[in-house]
Parts: sequence; structure tokens; C-alpha cells
Amino acid sequence: MLAPGRPKPKPTPETQHFWDGCKQGKLLLQRCGDTGKAYFPPRPFSPYTGTRNVEVFEASGRAKLHSYVIHHRPVPGFTPPYAIAVVELEEGPRLMTNIVDCEQTPEALQLDMPMEVAFTPLDEEVTLPLFRPAKESK
Amino acid sequence: MIRPGEIAVVGAAESTKIGAVPGMSQIMLHADAALNAMEETGLKPGDIDGVACVGPMMPQQIAHYLGITPKWVDGTGVGGCSFMLHVRHAAAAIHAGYAKTILITHGESGKSRINATPRPPEPESLNGQFEVPYGPFGPPTLFPIPVLRYMKERGVSHEDLAMVAVVQREWAGKNPRAMFRDPITVDDVLNSRMIAYPFRILQCCLVTDGGGALILTSADRAKDFPTKPVYILGTGESVETNMVSQMKDFTSSSAFRVAGPTAIEAAGIDRSAVDHMMIYDAFAHLPLYGLEDLGFCKPGEAAGFIREGNTRPGGKLPLNTNGGGLSYTHTGMYGMFALQESIRQMRGTAPAQVPDAKISVCHGVGGMFSASGTVVFSNQKP
Repeated sequence: MLAPGRPKPKPTPETQHFWDGCKQGKLLLQRCGDTGKAYFPPRPFSPYTGTRNVEVFEASGRAKLHSYVIHHRPVPGFTPPYAIAVVELEEGPRLMTNIVDCEQTPEALQLDMPMEVAFTPLDEEVTLPLFRPAKESK
Repeated sequence: MIRPGEIAVVGAAESTKIGAVPGMSQIMLHADAALNAMEETGLKPGDIDGVACVGPMMPQQIAHYLGITPKWVDGTGVGGCSFMLHVRHAAAAIHAGYAKTILITHGESGKSRINATPRPPEPESLNGQFEVPYGPFGPPTLFPIPVLRYMKERGVSHEDLAMVAVVQREWAGKNPRAMFRDPITVDDVLNSRMIAYPFRILQCCLVTDGGGALILTSADRAKDFPTKPVYILGTGESVETNMVSQMKDFTSSSAFRVAGPTAIEAAGIDRSAVDHMMIYDAFAHLPLYGLEDLGFCKPGEAAGFIREGNTRPGGKLPLNTNGGGLSYTHTGMYGMFALQESIRQMRGTAPAQVPDAKISVCHGVGGMFSASGTVVFSNQKP
């Protein structure tokens, strides 16, 4: 469980499946029925063509570290310094996240390093898709 | 189509004081700047027939507070570049005949927070669901998110990003209204307090109080005003995403690449004709993205362009000549102050005046690369 105080996301009808997936340990993306391309954040239509013909699928959870900052100031629910990162999923979309099981330093956090999803409960209701360095890279 | 030089800025003023202004609420900062702009033009509130300011329910607050009955209003709020969009929309409105004399105002009690705009967390918003839970805390933790990727792809160093702040402080040293004026070195920047790696405090904008106002009318009417007209040659605007994590390319802003070139093409000028430039510098990487995305430098060349002195006093493209958001002032929505400096330069009244400057490009950013607006000004009617 994460430290208390962290802001809690509130799902909407369009995003509920994503958060339900996280709680079940599945990273659910959506795919455009016209182009086959994955997208994020969740919405019931394709941002590429506008089609409502989209499907939900389970992503691999594999990603690369795309960019980040390391915040050095105190924020409720966080212990500085902590990285606020963006990972690029194997399927293409990027998402903001935090990095766990890793020192929060520029030396430990190299761009493009392989990452994997690490589902972490925020409380009984919400689980966040955090990421850790991929096991094979350790 | 609107022609280059068809619309002019006849009034431009900042609030009487900027920096720490604990004696004024946010709405009064709007009004103080508006009164200053009306005073220099000889206009009364009853002469104004169009009002633009940022945000929901704001045009009616400002119009009523100042005693204006507008025929045209614009509350476009896309962040700190909203005023560039207001200028663009106002020019179109005057061209269309919807209004003759338009007032654009900004006021923000960013430091003193008197009647300041609340920024409530919205846990149901996309930002609230997909960014806020990971601990960003205001712009210093979000705006620099793409920087490490930019540095890696473009071969830019920490020293390069420190140099941006050093050069702007050099400009600020010439400006009595700038908040920070003492010279700084690259070492000073790289040894200043870490905020959000890779950025330190001297690479982050100030947080101040202040306001600004502009009055626009047709170029035909501009000659009847006591002020020197500053003509609008071209404008551009765009938006990309309100989530920095979803910005398509971390090394280049889509909104910049639309707004900037749109304005320059509308102006019908070559980039080599530009004498002066403002690029909204909320953080030290913005001028690099702006120079590249607006086509003044090739991708990867902006850091060298600044390092070699092209943007400093005496350089061939003086940039952020008031000291910028890093050293002059930054209320939260700094775009108004970038516009004010472009207009001062075109009027020939800037504290760090660029000699014989005839064309100024003023480029703004809103949110974290989420929006953009660009205005090309000249003191010569084409």
C-alpha cells in the first residue's frame, strides 16, 4: 500500500474499465478499429479516426523509460526525492507513473531502460500502475 | 483575409507596480493596468466596446468593474499565452466590424494570492486520473518532464540549459522593473537549489503579482491616438494536450509548430527580418523549443545559438529583453508581459532598447506545452 495522502483518481464511465483492470493486475489499453493503433488515455472512440469501433485489450506491461523529473520538494503522500516519470509502453502509448524498486537518482534512471508494470494499491479501491526496472535488466 | 498592419495596438501598459503587490487584489491588478492603458490613449471606459480576459465568467467581472458595456467579449483561457490568442481574436473582431476599440486585460495575484484564482484538484479530470496521482506539484514538476528526452535527442547539456538563465539575467540587469537583476554565471545556476531534476531554482520562473492591458483598434483610427501605433502583422494559435505526458513529441511542441509559422506566414516576412523576439520562458528549456519550432534554428541548434551569444545584448536576435519570466516577472500567466515588452521595443521605449528594431515576434505558451499563441508586431505599416 502506498503512503497516505497521495491524490486519488476518480474513475469516470469512460475510464472505469482501466481502473478495474489495474485492480485485477491488468493494464488495459484500447485499440482503434480502423487503424489497429493503441491509444491512451481511455475513451470510447479512436483519437486517430473518430470511430467508435474500438476494443479493450491487455497490454504486455513492458515499457521503456521515456523521460522524468526528480522532485526534491515535499508533497503530501510522497517522500522526496522522487521521480515523476513517463514510460512508453511496448504498444506505443505513454503514461505518467512513478518508478519503484529503484534508486531515485539520475544515475539509476537511464532513459530508454526497460521497465515493467508494478501494480501498487493506493487503497482498497484504487490500484496504480507504477513501473519498476524490468527484471532481465537487473 | 485580414491584411498585415490592418490592426494596431494603441494602448499598452502594465500595472503600476509588479513583483510583490500585497495592496491589490487580482481584479484590481486587471483594473490598474487597464486604467493605465486607457490613460495613455485618452480613452474612457465608455469608449471601449470590446473586452477580453482569461477564463470563465471573467469578461463580465472585468467589464462591470471597469464600467464597460461591450459588444464583443472573449474569455479564451488556455493558460499564459491566452493574451496572444486574445490579440488574434480581437484583430479578427475589429476586421469583421464587431467592435472598434478592444481592451485586453490581465491581473494575477500569483504571489500575494489576494482573490487569486483557486486551482482545485479535480480527481475525475483526465489530469486528475492520469497525472496527479504520481505526485506532480505545480508547473515546476510538470513543465520540465520532457527536458531529459530533449537533452538526449538533441545533445544538449546541463550547462546549455543554465546558459539560458544567465543570458536572460544579463537583459534583466538593464531593466529597473525586473525582480532579479544581479548577474549570474552558469556555475551559479548549476549550484542553485534543486527543484525538480534537471531544473534548479534559477531555471524556474518567478512567482509574482502584476497586471497588464492592451488596447487595439484599426490602423486607420490609430493615427488619432497620442501613442505610437504598433501594427499587428500576423498571428497564430494552436493547442495540443492538457497533459504533458501525452505530448506527442517530447522534443518539439505541436502547438508551437502551428502557431508560430502561421503568424510568420500571415505577416509575410522572412525570419531574417525579425529584429527582436520574445519566447515565453516559464522554464529554461522554452526558448530552445521556441527557437527551433518557429524555424529560427534547426532542431538541435538552439542551445548553440544561445551559447554563442546571438540572443544576448548586442546579439543578432535579442531575445526576452525584459529579463523574461526567469528574471523580470511571472504572475502565473506571463504572456501579457511578453506582449508588453514587444510593444515597448516597437515603440522604442524599452529599458533595454534594441536599436532600430522594426519587427518583433512574440511567442507564448499555455499550460505545459498545451497551448500556444504568436503575434508578429511592427512599428512600420506595411
